[in-house]
Amino acid sequence: MDAPLVEFRDVTKGFGDRIVLNGINLKIYENQITTIIGKSGSGKSVLLKHIIGLLKPDDGVILFQGKPVLAMKKSEWNEYRSQVSYLFQDNALFDSMSVFENIALPLRQTTNLKKKEIESRVLQRIEDLELSEAADKYPSELSGGMQKRVALARALVTNPKIVLFDEPTTGQDPIRKNVILSMIAHYRRKFGFTAVLISHDIPDVYFISDRIILLWEGKVGFEGSYDELAVLKHPLVDEFLRSLEGFRDELTGLLSKEVFRSRYASTLGARTVPSVSAALFSVEFDRLNEALGPQAAVAVVSALGDYTNRYFSGLGGFSARQSRDQILTIFPHTTAEEARKMIDEFGKKLEEEAIAGIQDLPGIKAGVNHCFEVYVRAGITEVSPGDEIKEIIDKAASRQDIVATHRCEFGGTA
Amino acid sequence: MEERSIGHKNPLALFFNLVGRKTVRIVADLGAILIFFAIAFVKIFQRKQIREIIQQVFYIGAKSSGIVTLVALFTGMVLGLQLFYTLIKFGSEGVLGSAIALSLVRELGPVLTAIMITARAGSAMAAEIGILRISEQIDALYTMRIDPMRFVVSPKIVASIISFPLLTAFFDLVGILGGYLTGVVLLGVNGGAYLYRVQSSLVMSDVRGGFIKALVFGAIVSTICCYQGYFCHIRNGHHGAKAVSVATTSAVVMSCVMVLIADYVVTSFIM
Repeated sequence: MDAPLVEFRDVTKGFGDRIVLNGINLKIYENQITTIIGKSGSGKSVLLKHIIGLLKPDDGVILFQGKPVLAMKKSEWNEYRSQVSYLFQDNALFDSMSVFENIALPLRQTTNLKKKEIESRVLQRIEDLELSEAADKYPSELSGGMQKRVALARALVTNPKIVLFDEPTTGQDPIRKNVILSMIAHYRRKFGFTAVLISHDIPDVYFISDRIILLWEGKVGFEGSYDELAVLKHPLVDEFLRSLEGFRDELTGLLSKEVFRSRYASTLGARTVPSVSAALFSVEFDRLNEALGPQAAVAVVSALGDYTNRYFSGLGGFSARQSRDQILTIFPHTTAEEARKMIDEFGKKLEEEAIAGIQDLPGIKAGVNHCFEVYVRAGITEVSPGDEIKEIIDKAASRQDIVATHRCEFGGTA
Repeated sequence: MEERSIGHKNPLALFFNLVGRKTVRIVADLGAILIFFAIAFVKIFQRKQIREIIQQVFYIGAKSSGIVTLVALFTGMVLGLQLFYTLIKFGSEGVLGSAIALSLVRELGPVLTAIMITARAGSAMAAEIGILRISEQIDALYTMRIDPMRFVVSPKIVASIISFPLLTAFFDLVGILGGYLTGVVLLGVNGGAYLYRVQSSLVMSDVRGGFIKALVFGAIVSTICCYQGYFCHIRNGHHGAKAVSVATTSAVVMSCVMVLIADYVVTSFIM
């Protein structure tokens, strides 16, 4: 691999007694999109602010093209800073300035360019980012997506080598999140900058990232490509995914694990429930990922989750994703035998209604040279009072059988 | 540890502890404000400042002239009334012009102008910079290699130093006119005598004293207001909009108090 553009060596940063970065070592490569993920408060923004010099490390070295940034001469430091732009989470546009003035600000204040040259560069960026109609408007008159484009235009007007994006999709709806991420990928290709992103939008952000860096308790828990992350069986990855959950899993529409856990506890606590069963569904995410790529693999998980949710909610069951490719469903008032019958029926319906449509999901490219198989497995177990969810998963996992299959032959379904 | 617990139980020790801590904090704050002023002052002379300074002079100076006119007019009129009825008891209503002119030029002009601009422009400075801070626009400037002290703070301080003396002079003139309205037009003092007394009683040292005070007040008010806004994010226990509101209140209160303290100090030097 090429030499890194930016490198952190044993970087430590603390605020008072709290150590936020604890001996961080990582590399950012030129012309790539590197995404930094991690729990809130894990030091992602702190790390990004070190790259642009808003914060300085207590210990360790940050290198730019092999040169320690803190040891740079003033002229070198200025040259380095001129190559880095920062896109703030809330855009940080100046409300009292028009879109044009906002974009022109860094050129007017930091260069000796003539008025005409500045105007031409700003207008070029305005055109590139399709903001012509908004040039004379103020930021408060624009939609969130347009404001993001203005901030991006301002960040790109100085032709930077590195653009740092601090949670660019936070607070946006799922569709807009994808639009913003696509926009970043598109403009990165167009202008050829190196992008460093902080994002919680798993799995959306994986679609555009070349490399993922997972920060965990002040250290780098993982550093590599998404493909490497996808095949990594590590409790850290699962634990991190759990920490991102809200009431519902955005990808599948299933309950979040936290809500699932409390519902499970109240189900077992009710004396009127004589028998409870559980089923663990899985789709071999790693194999799908290998065969079809992460986008398609996630699309399959999303489709399965969505169908499972709709099917079993109507029958009184409740489900949650337990890892990337495992869905656990609890059936109150149901014996294991009854659950088996329900799942046999579910398997048939799944093949007819959901799996058959997998080929049409985004990211799946089936064809003569690109066939694939999808196996949905299920394991059923009875739940006894006092059973932990982990125990149920282990018991059910040991009893898994194929309940639904999808095979394509020359682009068709067999 | 033992000493500390004894100290905490002893009311006298508690009192001195409190006073000591407050004093240290005030001195540290004043030191920080002084350093802040020095840094901002140095950056006045950097490039690309003229346009920003002119804009700020317009906002702090020209746009404050309305409120200054109003306050000056009524201050002069009230002074005219009060002094007329006091002086008439001694048969000295002829010196009304002197009394009004000296009160305004030496004392009331600089102080009331400073307080009025603090209320109007000082609070706006603190709030504006505070909002820039909490919305990360100050950080954004830094990331664009624009020095926030040069771009945001320095023009406001230099514009205040320019505007305060001009507005003070304007206040003095309008105040003297207000005194004329009540003294001459309403209460029948001789107009020629009023203006003669104004002219004959004012000497250059009075005008110079008022001018120095206005310069000092301009520097104090703008520095305190900018400082409070700039560092609103590091106030203990206050975040976001609350931090801005607390910073704005502190800026106005602290500016007014410091103007009065500075007024005494400067007066004692020039008298």
